[in-house]
Amino acid sequence: MILLTDKSKIYLDYAATTPVDPRVLEAMLPYFSDSFGNSSSVHSYGQDAENALESARESVAALLNCHPNEVIFTSCGSESDNLAIRGAAFAARNTRQANKILISPVEHHAVTNTAQQLAKLHNFNIEFLPVDEYGLVDPADVKERLRQDTAIVSIIYANNEIGTINNISAIGALCQERNVPFHTDAVQAAAYLSADTKALNVDLLSIGAHKFYGPKGIGALYIKDGTPIYPMMTGGAQEFGLRPGTHNIPYIVGLAKALEYAVEEREHRVGHILPMRDHLIGMVLEYIQGSYLTGHPILRMPNHASFVFEGVDGNALLLMLDVEGFACSSGSACKTGDPEPSGVLLAAGMPKDLATGSLRVTLGTKTTAEQIERFLDILPKVTKRVRQYSS
Amino acid sequence: MSGGVDSSVAAALLVQQGYEVIGMMLRLWSEAGMEAGNRCCTPDSMALARRVAARLGIPFYAVDAQGVFYDRVVNYFMDGYEEGITPNPCLVCNRNIRWDFLFERAKSLGADYLATGHYARIDKEEGKKFQLLRAIDSKKDQSYVLHVLNQDLLTQTLFPLGLYTKTEVRQMASKFDLPVAERSDSQDLCFLGDESYRDFLRRNAPQVVSPGPILTRDGNQLGEHQGLAFYTIGQRKGIGVSSPIPLYVVHKDRNSNALIVGPSEHLGTKELIAASINWIAGEAPREEIMADVKIRYKSRDERSTVTPLDNQRARVTFDRLIRDITPGQAAVFYDRDRCLGGGIIQ
Repeated sequence: MILLTDKSKIYLDYAATTPVDPRVLEAMLPYFSDSFGNSSSVHSYGQDAENALESARESVAALLNCHPNEVIFTSCGSESDNLAIRGAAFAARNTRQANKILISPVEHHAVTNTAQQLAKLHNFNIEFLPVDEYGLVDPADVKERLRQDTAIVSIIYANNEIGTINNISAIGALCQERNVPFHTDAVQAAAYLSADTKALNVDLLSIGAHKFYGPKGIGALYIKDGTPIYPMMTGGAQEFGLRPGTHNIPYIVGLAKALEYAVEEREHRVGHILPMRDHLIGMVLEYIQGSYLTGHPILRMPNHASFVFEGVDGNALLLMLDVEGFACSSGSACKTGDPEPSGVLLAAGMPKDLATGSLRVTLGTKTTAEQIERFLDILPKVTKRVRQYSS
Repeated sequence: MSGGVDSSVAAALLVQQGYEVIGMMLRLWSEAGMEAGNRCCTPDSMALARRVAARLGIPFYAVDAQGVFYDRVVNYFMDGYEEGITPNPCLVCNRNIRWDFLFERAKSLGADYLATGHYARIDKEEGKKFQLLRAIDSKKDQSYVLHVLNQDLLTQTLFPLGLYTKTEVRQMASKFDLPVAERSDSQDLCFLGDESYRDFLRRNAPQVVSPGPILTRDGNQLGEHQGLAFYTIGQRKGIGVSSPIPLYVVHKDRNSNALIVGPSEHLGTKELIAASINWIAGEAPREEIMADVKIRYKSRDERSTVTPLDNQRARVTFDRLIRDITPGQAAVFYDRDRCLGGGIIQ
């Protein structure tokens, strides 16, 4: 087993997932065995579980600046995306014959593939917004495309691959004017950016706990009161009838706790990570020839650095880095050895051969300046070696 | 690693012997729309290889070789048929993909050796050159497809299974508690999936599928063939002409695009020329040698005299008539258990 504390290994893939904060784990533990009740039960065990559930919901609602009954717990960020897009699209069709789904070309697969299935199996129409070279959506492009029959708009808050942060608040305001439901995938963003649903002008917002030091397998969806939406899974009446299934109390408690720390400690965390991230970007661009930053230089996640390297096979680069003890990621990498150039980079106008040479380095609370120095020491050597073998 | 029992046990043995092992699997080429169809790297076998690596506590990487495999192996395969031979792309794959592309990738990760689950042995006599030897399990011996290795590669290659029988390897797999699946020992080419090579050629190299006459040696036309690529010397079934006596493919005449058939007496020759020879020792013997020669992967040893013509070509003279000498396959020379090298039958 590889441990985060293993000195020979350095984890720089915090956008993929994060370790659970020990304080979060501690808060979760009693709900596995001591306080194990089903929140739907009448008896005191059930009431105990229900109390934990509703306290967590209140806590999350406060952090999202919304009412507790606007928070739905799901199994992950992807499920939140699915419920938001599917649920709102079908409701929009039934209530106002709206048929169009407006999304950006740089959405997470949970959004893109959901929209695509709705188009394929249920005759919705997808329209893709343009993005600029940083993967940024221009609110004016959204405004221009909003129609009477737009069922839902979904724009990613902060991009997982290139870190670019969209102007969600401006886009949300435009959708509100036209009364079109607006969803944002805030799964990456929630770790470091404000998820104030009022300020963001969103109707739907997805988060997943494991991106901010909570456990995997738990997510939440903010649904603004009054937003037409159908459940996409049917069963019991849990979660206001929108998401059936016995509540996963320990994980819900974990999500709430982790989000609490993420918001409380945001300034501290950003203060720790940002200088290292900026140093990393600066050094890579300066010392590795043919390297380019992908995503926006300023409007980007504070823990996020992403690059493309000329003449580098991104997959080979990842293998070599792993053997050297560095865990990173790449938009085009694929565990099955069948790499495709990153769709996000292609949408941002990157040429195909460059787009296969991408690398994503994401920092976290456990990242140290020494780790970054070690990484900066090895990366030029490894890219040089990959270039030799790629040519 | 392939997820199969052989490469899995090979990896387990190396881990047991104290090597620092990295598992690698090649993602090979398949036709568009059949991406999961390459027999060497189906999603199932990749998942299995991953499980084996996890069980052994070693890293596992899938390496994209689709482009280089197509360029080197699939093109060789199609070009071979266009030239009228019956190519053996596995030999090219071993030399150009496994012991070149993959090995270079492995070395870039810091590897000293390339180890595979092939059944063969490597031996080094004191102060002498490295030898490629047949496996202990003669039924599983794969030295035929490994005759392309040179001294440099043999010094950096490990065959952990060469000392074991397949039965013992299966037992070790269960002893090591490896989650391996028994795969069929299919000799079909990996990139054909479940298809015949004929359908593959029709789609991918239609230029080699050119019908022509089926003739006897005397020039009597008996029918029409569908393309010389679809027939091999010695073939009896599926020629598609009726005759009171069994007819065999005895010759393929590229110039007239004619398939020459005849009775079994017309088959057989005592001699062949092998070219592009790799001598394991690095150079051809000074004079003619007696050798056992295999003309196909699964054919028996034939006593022969091998006369080097130059460093890369040799005449092979058999003690008896051989009926199925197939240009494009390899003739591989042995001195008892020792593989001396081999070349492509002309």
